[in-house]
Amino acid sequence: MSVLVLLVVTGLALGALYFLAAAGLSLIYGLMRVLNFAHGAFLTVSGYAGYQVASSLGVASASWAAFALAVLVGVATGAAFAAALELLVVRRLYDREIEQVLVTVGVALAAVALVTGTWGSDARPFPAPPWFARTTGMLGAQVPNSRLACIAAAVVVLGGLTALLGRTRLGLVIRAGVENRSMVAALGIDVRRSFTAVFVLGGALAGLGGVLAGVYNSSLSPLTGDNLLIFAFIVVVIGGLGSVGGAAVAATVVALIQQLANYYAASGVGDLLVVLALALVLLVRPQGLFARSVRIA
Amino acid sequence: MSTVHTTPTGPVRTADDRPTPPAASTATPRRSPRRHLTRLAIVVVVVALALAPKLALSIPGVLPGPTYSPGTLQLLAVCLLVGALAVTYHLLFGVAGMLSFGHALYFAVGVYGFAIALQTWHLSLLPAALVTLVIGALTSLVVGAVSLRVSGIAFAMVTLAFAQAGSLLVYRNIGGRTGGEEGLGLSDARLPEALLGVVNTANLYWLALAVTVVVVAAVGWVAASRVGAMMVAVRENELRVRVLGVRPYVVRLVAFVASGTLATVVGMGYLLVQGGANPRVTTTSFTLSLLVMVVLGGLGSRWGALAGGVLYTLLDQRLGVLASSSTVTSLPDVLRVPLSQPLFLLGALFVLVVLFVPGGLAALVGRVASLRSRVAGRVLP
Repeated sequence: MSVLVLLVVTGLALGALYFLAAAGLSLIYGLMRVLNFAHGAFLTVSGYAGYQVASSLGVASASWAAFALAVLVGVATGAAFAAALELLVVRRLYDREIEQVLVTVGVALAAVALVTGTWGSDARPFPAPPWFARTTGMLGAQVPNSRLACIAAAVVVLGGLTALLGRTRLGLVIRAGVENRSMVAALGIDVRRSFTAVFVLGGALAGLGGVLAGVYNSSLSPLTGDNLLIFAFIVVVIGGLGSVGGAAVAATVVALIQQLANYYAASGVGDLLVVLALALVLLVRPQGLFARSVRIA
Repeated sequence: MSTVHTTPTGPVRTADDRPTPPAASTATPRRSPRRHLTRLAIVVVVVALALAPKLALSIPGVLPGPTYSPGTLQLLAVCLLVGALAVTYHLLFGVAGMLSFGHALYFAVGVYGFAIALQTWHLSLLPAALVTLVIGALTSLVVGAVSLRVSGIAFAMVTLAFAQAGSLLVYRNIGGRTGGEEGLGLSDARLPEALLGVVNTANLYWLALAVTVVVVAAVGWVAASRVGAMMVAVRENELRVRVLGVRPYVVRLVAFVASGTLATVVGMGYLLVQGGANPRVTTTSFTLSLLVMVVLGGLGSRWGALAGGVLYTLLDQRLGVLASSSTVTSLPDVLRVPLSQPLFLLGALFVLVVLFVPGGLAALVGRVASLRSRVAGRVLP
């Protein structure tokens, strides 16, 4: 029983990381039709920015203030990186989908190489407050606090995103744009301004995800972001491109399948199952489980 | 159970309705003197490459040593094979217009299938090659038949999923045959003497050259055939192809299987040249680097893809050497860090090419040529 609880909580925490990466990816694709391969680089670069701040303020284990600053810097870095990518590169290729995918691939390669050059290719221990390494008793299992922190962060983000999309004017424009972009433009609303907003939002969430990935794994490597990216893509496609709620459900399901099958069957089987689930979903329901209209086929 | 298709009138843009890439091969009409010149140039280049191991050419800065040295021959062989692989990807993406993120899978089937056939099943060279070829063709047939039920970005993601599954099988060593992260050596394989040892690097080089010539010729033949014309037609306007009474699905599947099987052939050559299998060839980033090569060289041009693959491999290798040279290590950090990472330079170059040189190298060559003829035209009265 205690093993199961531990696996489920760990799965949920992993799902939280997937969700933080996938929410932005999903909105960016839903609104702009850009499959953003640089999203993994957002995570990695922001994670390292947070690492740099936290480790320059404290040596092995950072104080809470240093950690809070690391989170802020991570989020700001992700947002700034995303804004720069959208304004300087993606915008120039408006309506040329394949080229947009290609430039994000190039930016991802370059950014990850730059991180490798600066911090080295080996994983570095992430300086988080010691509280994260301690455990909390839950239904007979000792759950590391870092897992609970990831879940809490994702729940807060999900709530915030739902409010933003449901209750603000920007959210209205984004939702309408996901449904039918040309109609929104025809109504005289500048959709392009919301493109930048969505990129910045996605970048900020990925930035938070990058720092939390450092806490979750208790280390960071230049491949942290790209490893998460593949599964975030799977989550986005299963959940339905453009659907934040779908991404949340899919992230939870994917991460739980992965954790449980990797433990109870054999290491690697969970990953394989998830990949095959993606193929199955795409073939049976190409628009994803939670998207309303057929838009990607 | 029906295939999902997009009508050209819909608001959805897919890989199929992107602007026509400049097709260098179709630009020149048949039997023109220029075509003969091109043929002559190809023969000259192939003969020069075949003679390379017997000559002492050295290109300082580009090649690590004179062309007869094993190190240089090894590098040239890898460049040629990666170039050939990029040409197989060109058949899929440039000719048939299908964006796949899983092309590494068929190459990896060639590398690992051949390694397992030689090493574990103890087959000799030719039977092992035949078995691997069949496995490669079957894999691409099955994956293609399933993935092609969707198109555009969904197709890209399904191919990514299958390739990722292959990569996981190799990395996690699920069958216990792939050696996991260590890869596979060829120590137990029954290989002919002529393909073993540093002394025989020249033979491996000739093998790589032969594989490259065969694969590039095969892609050219497929692209120039009636099926190739149908592939271009499906890419440009699927609806009109249907009106003609042809099923686009079948045409796409032929392109997918041809390209996948040829990638398997290249993979087998790669295994012999490298003397072992490295799991890196199964990864998504390897497929992405193929995409980079094809786009760098020029989308829609077979020679562009070949040049892109050769150039990418050469740059990757030589920039790595440059990074550890004293000129770079003595630079301040701001310059040293970016210059020491070949992938940073390649990624940045790639972004610049996509932004400013849409047709890649091939278009650049074409542009320079037309500029020259324009200048020449102005001089004439």
